[in-house]
Amino acid sequence: MRFTVLFFAQARERAGRPHAIFEVPDGSRVSDAVAAIRSDYPQLDDLWPHLAVAVDGVLAPENAALRDGAEVALLPPVSGG
Amino acid sequence: MAALTRDRIDHDALLREAGRNDCGAVVLFLGTTRDHHEGRSVARLAYEAYEPMAREALATLEREALRRYAIASCTIVHRLGEVPIGEPSVAVVVAAAHRAAAYDASRWAMDELKRTVPIWKKEFFAGGGEDWVKGTKLEA
Repeated sequence: MRFTVLFFAQARERAGRPHAIFEVPDGSRVSDAVAAIRSDYPQLDDLWPHLAVAVDGVLAPENAALRDGAEVALLPPVSGG
Repeated sequence: MAALTRDRIDHDALLREAGRNDCGAVVLFLGTTRDHHEGRSVARLAYEAYEPMAREALATLEREALRRYAIASCTIVHRLGEVPIGEPSVAVVVAAAHRAAAYDASRWAMDELKRTVPIWKKEFFAGGGEDWVKGTKLEA
């Protein structure tokens, strides 16, 4: 199945693009998506401890299931206002 | 109603919309872009958001403010894209029968916004260089 990853702020700049599409085995979880992203984007390594992950617009724990076509967003620490 | 905009925030319009005959208080908070940060001179700022999630998070703050405080309305508007120095980047408008609840709700909503809404601010320094403002990690 496929998912789209969205990069924001520092993550977008480090990745060099706003989004990318990944293919992972059926039954994959958020942790599998993260592993796939980390493997393709090692330049994000030192950001990971600070990133939150949202799936389809909702913060998701590592063990949450992914659906085909999911939107996985990497969210650096927020600084609105 | 919660909104994200790339235009200048029209806070006069927000105030007009918030006014009600059963309210004795309308509190307007404007967050404005500042020309310095931690000793460095800032030339301009830019904001980006995960827009659908940010819009939903702002709407949740408005609903939660109404639940927690004795207020009649709460409206939050955040600007995105480049914001010139001295202009509002965010507006919170709260109307209430009495001022104490309006002040409290306004402050609560701004504090929560900074902690829970996926918006990011970047500063461009007058002497060159740029940096994302150190933020708060989102927690589920």
